[in-house]
Amino acid sequence: MTREELRAAIVEELGEIAPEADAASVADDADLRETLDLDSMDIFNLVVALSRRLGIDIPDADAGHLVTLGGGSEYLELSLRRKSGACP
Amino acid sequence: MGTFNMPSLGADMEAGTLVEWLKRPGDTVQRGDIVAVVETEKGAIEVEIFEDGTVEALLVGEGEKVPVGTPLARIVGPGEATPPKPAAEAGPVAEMLPPEAASAPKPLVATLPQPTPEAPRPAAAVRGSPAARRLAAELGVDISAIRGSGPGGAVIRADVERAPNPPEKERPGIDLDQMRRAIAAAMARSKREIPHYYLSHSFDASAAREAVDEFNAGQPPEGRILLGALLVKAVALAMRDFPEFNGAFGPEGFRPSEAIHVGVAVAVRGGGLAAPAIHDTDRLSLPDLMARMRDMIGRVRRGGFRSSELSDPTVTVSSLGERGVESLLPIIYPPQVAIVGFGALRQRPWVVDDKVQARSVLNVSLAGDHRVSDGHRGALLLRRIEELLQKPETL
Repeated sequence: MTREELRAAIVEELGEIAPEADAASVADDADLRETLDLDSMDIFNLVVALSRRLGIDIPDADAGHLVTLGGGSEYLELSLRRKSGACP
Repeated sequence: MGTFNMPSLGADMEAGTLVEWLKRPGDTVQRGDIVAVVETEKGAIEVEIFEDGTVEALLVGEGEKVPVGTPLARIVGPGEATPPKPAAEAGPVAEMLPPEAASAPKPLVATLPQPTPEAPRPAAAVRGSPAARRLAAELGVDISAIRGSGPGGAVIRADVERAPNPPEKERPGIDLDQMRRAIAAAMARSKREIPHYYLSHSFDASAAREAVDEFNAGQPPEGRILLGALLVKAVALAMRDFPEFNGAFGPEGFRPSEAIHVGVAVAVRGGGLAAPAIHDTDRLSLPDLMARMRDMIGRVRRGGFRSSELSDPTVTVSSLGERGVESLLPIIYPPQVAIVGFGALRQRPWVVDDKVQARSVLNVSLAGDHRVSDGHRGALLLRRIEELLQKPETL
C-alpha cells in the first residue's frame, strides 16, 4: 500500500470512530486529538481498527505515531514493509 | 396485572417519546428484557422491564410523547389469571389445567442465581436459555463463544449482553441541545439541593502507569487496557469500605447501595455529557471492565444507552484524560451523594526517598454530600483510592 492509501485508511477508520468529524481535511502534521477532539479511548479504537485492517501489530508504545495523519501513514508504511521483509 | 410505565431516566426528565416497541402483544417478557426504545433529552434509550410476564396490550403508539409514569403497556404476570383474550403463551392447555397450576409461576430464566463469573465452562455442547439464544441471534453474536454463568455453565441473557463487541443497532443520534438542557436541569438541582464539600489530593501514580505499560506489552491491541479502567476499578473497590459515598439520597434520606455501579462520565463530541453505570464495577476484572467501558463509551457517543445504565449509578467517576488539566472539582449527579474526579496524569518533580525525581503525578478529587458524609471520611476515601492505585496488583 502506498502512503496515500494508508492515509486514506486512517481517515476511513477515523470516520467510524468520530463520524461527525471531517478527518480528510485535517493537515498531515496536525494533532488529531486536538483537531478532532479525540480521547485516549478513540486512539485505542483507532489502533485496534488499523491493526486488524492491515494485519499488523501496533505495539502500545507506538500508538503515539498515530496522532497525526502524516506520522501515522509513515509509521504504517514502515510496519508493512517490515512485515513483508523488505526492510530490516 | 401490571403496567409498564414511562420510566424516569434522570431527575430532570418529565416526558419521553416512544420511538420503537421491541415486544408485541403476546410476547413473553422477563425482568431485564429491553422492551422499548424511548427518546429523551439524553438521546434514545433502550428501556428494560422490571417484571416477568406476558405483554397483553400496548397502550402507547410509536412516535407518541407522554409524561413520566404514563402506562405504556399492560403486563400479565406469570402468577396471574390468564387474560380474557388469550395471548400466545396461554393457550388451551392453560385453560384445562386446575387454577393453581395455571397460575403457578413459570420457571423463568431471570430467576436463575446471580452469575458466578468464574463458573467453569462444561466440555459438553453449549447450553443457553431461550432468551440468551434469541438475543444472541438478534445481535449476531456466536453463543458458543460466550462463557456461561448460569447453572451448569448455561449461557444466560446477561452473558450475551456482556459479550464483547456485539454489533450495535443503529439508533437515532443525540440531540446535543436537549442533552445540554438535561445537564443544566440536573446540575442546577444538584447545586440547589446538595451541600457539596470538595477535597483534592495529588499523589505519585507511577506504579499504576507502569502496570498498564507492563500489562499491555504482551497483549494484542484489542486486549490492552487504559489507565482509566484502573481508576474506575480503584474507586469501585474503595466504595466497599466507604458505603456512605455509594447510594442515593431520596425523600427518606440516604440509602446506601450494596451493589457498586460506577457511573463513568463520558464526554460527547460537540458538547455533551452522560454518565451511565458499569454494573457491579467492583467485581469486574480489569480486561472485562475495559471492554465494558469501551462498549459503553461507544454507545453513548452514538446515542444508544440503556435505561438501567442511566438510572443505576451509585457513584460517579469523572476523568479528564490525557488532554485534560491537573484537577477538576466535579458536581454530584443527584440522587447520588458523591463524585470522584481525576485530572490528567502529568510528569512532575516529586520527592522520593529525599530525592527529587520525575514521577507520574495524578490528582484525585471528591465532591461529597454534606448531608451524608464529612470531609474527614472523604479524605480517608481519597487516601484509600491512592493506596489501591499504588498497588495495582490489587485491582
